[in-house]
Amino acid sequence: MSIEEKQNFQTYQDSDIAEYPKNEKELSSLIKHFYKSGIPIELVGSGSKKKIGKPLQCGKTINLSKISGIVEYLPEELYIKVKASTPLKEIKEELKKNKQQLAFEPIDFGYLFSGKSNLGTAGGLVSCNIPGPRRFKVGSVRDHILGFRGVNGKGEIIKSGGVVVKNVTGYDLSKLVCGSYGTLVALTEINLKVLPAPEESKTLVVHNLKLENAAYLLNQSISSSNDISGAIFLPTEPECSNCVMNIEKTFKLNDLKYKGSFTAIRVEGSKNSINERLQNLIKELKIIDFDISILETYQSEIFWNKVKNLEFFSSTKNNIFRIVVPPSECVKLVYQISDNKFKYYLDWGGALMWVEAYELTEEKFESIRKKVVKLGGYVSMIKNSDYLPFVEEVFTINRARFDISQNIKKSFDPKKILNPGKMYTGI
Amino acid sequence: MTKLSMPKIDRKLLSIKETVVKNLKKIVKSENVLDHEDQTRPFETDALTAYKQKPLVAVFPENTEQVSKILSYCNGERIKVVPRGAGTGLSGGALPLADSILLCLGKFNKILEIDYKNRCVTAQPGVTNLSITQAVEEKGFYYAPDPSSQIACSIGGNVAENSGGVHSLKYGTTTNNLLGVEVVFMDGTITKLGGKTYDSEGYDLLGLITGSEGLLCVITEVTVKILKKPQSVKAALIGFPTIEDGGNCVSDIIASGIIPAGMEMMDKALIHATDNFVKAGYPRDAEAMLIVELDGTDTEVTELIERVNEIAKKNNSSSIKISKNDKQRLKFWAGRKAAFPACGDMAPDYYCMDGTIPRGKLAQVLKEIGRLSKKYNLPVANAFHAGDGNLHPLIMYDANDKKALEKTEKFGADILKYCVKVGGVLTGEHGVGVEKRELMCEMFNNNDVQQQIKIKKALDISSLLNPGKVYPILRKCAEEGRVHVHRGKTKFSDIPRF
Repeated sequence: MSIEEKQNFQTYQDSDIAEYPKNEKELSSLIKHFYKSGIPIELVGSGSKKKIGKPLQCGKTINLSKISGIVEYLPEELYIKVKASTPLKEIKEELKKNKQQLAFEPIDFGYLFSGKSNLGTAGGLVSCNIPGPRRFKVGSVRDHILGFRGVNGKGEIIKSGGVVVKNVTGYDLSKLVCGSYGTLVALTEINLKVLPAPEESKTLVVHNLKLENAAYLLNQSISSSNDISGAIFLPTEPECSNCVMNIEKTFKLNDLKYKGSFTAIRVEGSKNSINERLQNLIKELKIIDFDISILETYQSEIFWNKVKNLEFFSSTKNNIFRIVVPPSECVKLVYQISDNKFKYYLDWGGALMWVEAYELTEEKFESIRKKVVKLGGYVSMIKNSDYLPFVEEVFTINRARFDISQNIKKSFDPKKILNPGKMYTGI
Repeated sequence: MTKLSMPKIDRKLLSIKETVVKNLKKIVKSENVLDHEDQTRPFETDALTAYKQKPLVAVFPENTEQVSKILSYCNGERIKVVPRGAGTGLSGGALPLADSILLCLGKFNKILEIDYKNRCVTAQPGVTNLSITQAVEEKGFYYAPDPSSQIACSIGGNVAENSGGVHSLKYGTTTNNLLGVEVVFMDGTITKLGGKTYDSEGYDLLGLITGSEGLLCVITEVTVKILKKPQSVKAALIGFPTIEDGGNCVSDIIASGIIPAGMEMMDKALIHATDNFVKAGYPRDAEAMLIVELDGTDTEVTELIERVNEIAKKNNSSSIKISKNDKQRLKFWAGRKAAFPACGDMAPDYYCMDGTIPRGKLAQVLKEIGRLSKKYNLPVANAFHAGDGNLHPLIMYDANDKKALEKTEKFGADILKYCVKVGGVLTGEHGVGVEKRELMCEMFNNNDVQQQIKIKKALDISSLLNPGKVYPILRKCAEEGRVHVHRGKTKFSDIPRF
């Protein structure tokens, strides 16, 4: 059994390395103990996203996988309350029974890191705050967390928020905890907002567009009143034989032609409504004479699942990073980084770029970061490679925000024992 | 007026008022510093008019650098600062302190950039909520959060309070529509958080300061998302013979998978008052009325209206009226949006509450409000953002009766306590301010409040920015972390502590 598998195995106990608290109270006592002795702790759920962020060197590991289970699910109130290490798969299945979903489309990073599905836990999802393709329409993970319970770096049990959407009672700590990679609290319970799943979905794929035309089309689609819920560009250029990203290999769908690049736009809703919106869209975008494919619900869902789960990059040995910029800057950015060997695709109508880079070096990565920051965005290293197994700065931050973040960290975790250095050195 | 405990007054500062004024005049133009009590009187309260206090000085900076210099000066001299936007807040968040500088952002009133390519607008914080929509509507765009005070409330205030509105069920509150801010911290540091990207990396500082009620920083610039207006929007007015039927209909609509753009409910008292006020054609015989707004394509809206009608019938609806055109739809809303002023017809004064409850508890909570209304002998009318569970009971009283406000506040507190008891929260969109701070212990324990106070201190070490708001004053000793317990006996054990 590999270490990776051991950590995911429910009954596995390795008392020398990891502690497995069974509930919030036990977790609180453990952290209190480590707070007193000042021993840094690594917090782990299922380990599905453990490779994101900087590697940790901690004296102890607290594995939270036993704090698991759905506490309360009220479909008509549009929320689900779960213990933090509840597998996302279990949550999704439960929601599906009531035709509901987590609207921000959680990404299954298993394909990227291990070549097969591993959705991870609710806690991991919240800690990383990385949403899927529907982000521009419905918001990110942080927009769907209504409240939480957890244990701070002193071992104190704290809570914030509630189960209702509209709530301004005290600071919104739920947002702060979202995307904090376990550096502020060890989560024990999470209240997530859920929404009705769309009845049907259709995808319009325009073939063979160049980057500029695709970006224009995506922007027009999002700016229209057709309420689209997905907008991506999958290019065939630049060529990079050492990258694994291959759209033809990834999508094997009956109704999808394989002709050059894909510019894909998704509409969701009731049957009549999506047909109407799709027709409007084709008319407004003036693409009636273009080479297009239309995917009906079944194939459309497969298509977007593959996009969301980064299946193009499945089993790559190259670096994978994620760039977020203002949507209007994506074309400029692609040209600015073109001195690298890479493949990419655009999501969120151009506001998000996933990049697979071959033979990346720290200098090249930093030079990309500088360009991205200048355009008003940020870059995060998601997967390392043999060429570049470690980068000094995984995430992007400036001095002012670093100083504030350091103060915030201290207010939750004064001895910096929770996942120290996972996000930034010193936090 | 009930007695309100505020932080201890710095008497020494009052004695050097002239020096403070002189120093502020070095930072901003002389005419932008108001210190005579005739000049500061207009700023002695916000929309929670029961509480009044003139500030030491009111100052009107004109740019971010001036805000930074003022805060830096006040930080150095340990002078308290209360930020103020348009003063439309309902929880006393902008109530001045006698020894504070009131930092008024009214001169920050320009829209700086309209960026259609990135679908966002950057504005100064004093710009009103409605004028953002007005600035982009010629191209068919709008800004989604629409608090009832949108004609007057400022976008900076919206960020500070995380304002909602009638469309937040589908389109979210301010926090879900905000992309970036420029803020100034108490030490004078100017920082940009977020920008024009959908997400920001690292700790969600933008999320933290949204709804922080002016306790963490002063907002000097705001970038918000704009959306394209839907192709078709229609509203349905549905009457019900009982509140329970209306409440059940709300739950059934959501359970069926429909998320309306807005779903509002009013009780009989308010149906009559608002209909008298704007002649909106409300069903006057109904005990409860729902306004359900649906948007999308023409076909979609027609389909949804049909489904809502079916659900309403199953819940014994007594009438349904669908808006024929936009003019009529806006008329339907005009009544709801005038709910507060319409109460003026029923009583000289009203006190507006703001709890949020799980939707399914509506009938139960309204029943309890009815019971309390009898107990306190004060009439109450109910407006309810039914879709997202945000309840606005309007308690009617006469401020000329000296004991009435105290009684009203007790009544209001009992309502909010009950909201928390059924799984809800103290405030959905008006903020805690001074109004609900003593009720925070209903929702949070000592650890929870301590954590929040530590965050406050992490960003404002001397607690000079908007002190006395959000966190209880009475429990100050416990709040600061330590209570001396002598032989197991706590001093003043009758005072509730966290």
